[in-house]
Amino acid sequence: MDSTDIVRRPWDETASAGVSETKTLALDGVITLASGRTLEGVQVAYETWGRLDENGSNAVLVCHALSGDSHLAGLRPGEDAETAQPGWWDVMVGPGKAIDTERFFVVCCNVLGGCSGTTGPSSIDPATGLPWGLRFPMVTIEDMVDVQARLLQAIGVHRLLAVVGGSMGGMQALAWAKRYPERVGSVVADATTWRLGPQAIAFNEVGRRAILEDPDFAGGHYYAEESQPESGLGIARMIGHITYLSDESMHKKFGRRLQASADYAYDFVSEFQVESYLAYQGARFVERFDANTYLYMTKAMDYFDLQGDAPSLADALRGVSARFLVLSFSSDWLFSTARSRELVAALRENASEVTFAEIPSAYGHDAFLLEPEAQHKLIAPFLANGLRRVSPAGEAE
Amino acid sequence: MTPRELLRADQRFIADLVPQGARVLDLGCGDGALLARLREERGAEVRGVEIDLDDIARCIERDVPVYQGDLDEGLADVPDDRFDVVILSQTLQVVKRPRLVLTEMLRVGHRSVVSFPNFGHWKIRAHLALRGRMPVSDAIPYSWYDTPNIHHTTIADFRDFCADCGAVIEREIAFVGRDDGRPRLVRVAPNLLADEAVFVLRRAEHSRG
Repeated sequence: MDSTDIVRRPWDETASAGVSETKTLALDGVITLASGRTLEGVQVAYETWGRLDENGSNAVLVCHALSGDSHLAGLRPGEDAETAQPGWWDVMVGPGKAIDTERFFVVCCNVLGGCSGTTGPSSIDPATGLPWGLRFPMVTIEDMVDVQARLLQAIGVHRLLAVVGGSMGGMQALAWAKRYPERVGSVVADATTWRLGPQAIAFNEVGRRAILEDPDFAGGHYYAEESQPESGLGIARMIGHITYLSDESMHKKFGRRLQASADYAYDFVSEFQVESYLAYQGARFVERFDANTYLYMTKAMDYFDLQGDAPSLADALRGVSARFLVLSFSSDWLFSTARSRELVAALRENASEVTFAEIPSAYGHDAFLLEPEAQHKLIAPFLANGLRRVSPAGEAE
Repeated sequence: MTPRELLRADQRFIADLVPQGARVLDLGCGDGALLARLREERGAEVRGVEIDLDDIARCIERDVPVYQGDLDEGLADVPDDRFDVVILSQTLQVVKRPRLVLTEMLRVGHRSVVSFPNFGHWKIRAHLALRGRMPVSDAIPYSWYDTPNIHHTTIADFRDFCADCGAVIEREIAFVGRDDGRPRLVRVAPNLLADEAVFVLRRAEHSRG
């Protein structure tokens, strides 16, 4: 009965969200950032899937994590389904999947400060005609959310059925609920935290140091050379990857196996499989990601603190009206269950509607990208309930 | 929506005890059927605590907010007197720390409702006395080696336990579950003749910590 040959499960990658084109929207006016600085002429790269219903009630914003972009699911124009890598959360977004593109109007945009089409440090500073580099103003999670809010307004989405995000995307989802309570129906805070602890900040700082102290970094103005501080960014990514895995998943994936030879080389070449894996991840990352953006993203995460100046997290969340689904993963030590429970406790203190579950997984923080089945079972009905509440007629059987 | 028959006998008694519009917390809420019913019929504001992930998924399907947690760790996240009614249905016997669980219930709710299988029922007594074997009955259908029930109690023992935990017993409902789903109330010698019981408790005033 459970033959996987016959039964197509929604989280299998066979149900594609289809082809989507990255669009770019130029925001009118000036954006005032948390730092007090302003940005003009901000461009936002975004993609959409599905159709916004007549009442504008079925919009779901998905927020991406540190290294993500607007290409959430499906293929880009011209890509071959057989060979192309689909969007970063393809297992969760598509027809019949947890974020069902046949029911929801799904929006995903590259965040402010990013390097995949939205204005960031690699964009041109209109004042100088040169890339911003480190002159780009510091951005916060709240600034990213403000830009998303402006984008949504411009494309006719005035209320979100749900904001969904994992990791740094989850921070944005939480910031949405606090910053725009009247516009957010539900929040899925997946493998995320209401603020980073010193351990996570420490790893971010080591990554930043590797970039900042790479001679090719050139104070952030490496664009003219058309080269990157590849070594520094690669090391930052390697460190990141260690924090996204767990002891158990690394044992399973690599053990102490050697990559190429049967015996030790007694040399400092890359020998263990885990070393090759990290080197490969680092090398691939520098091909597609901007070192300055890495600095800005990690700093935005470090600064994020949902409590802010309030006496307690519960106080900070007093005006929040959204319903919450908070998910953590058992082996995720970077965005741990303990932090998620603190968030849930604060929401419960306020009598918010909150559902919390810890999904058992060996994959560490990466689990939110690798455990579609458990997430589907929890997220799909949660979002469906949101839809039922806003348009009960459409759900009548 | 959910047919009334889907609730267990003890849950139906509990449902009848919950006032209109009450804030209700169900500890070990399973698939959320009772809470969904309370919301429909009583307009209750419902919350569940459950440890099993598949049950949590079913709660979400019923749109019942649920918190994954282990009752044996207490309810530290829940403020005092947050709920009107706290329910522990057929769960007391599976927790490791019944005393912690009950005192936490009394702390976070104005009323606590506890249901459990009565180990003092005559069939169980007879089973052990005459056959010399661990009792297996309709209310307690497990063999000793694979039972989740690690803290069995009788109605008489439970009364003592309540006194010991600083709980005042407001009401006792003792009954015999039957196959037709219509339980028969037991008013005489409940500890001998009832196979299940529902207790309504509140915190004794002096026990406020």
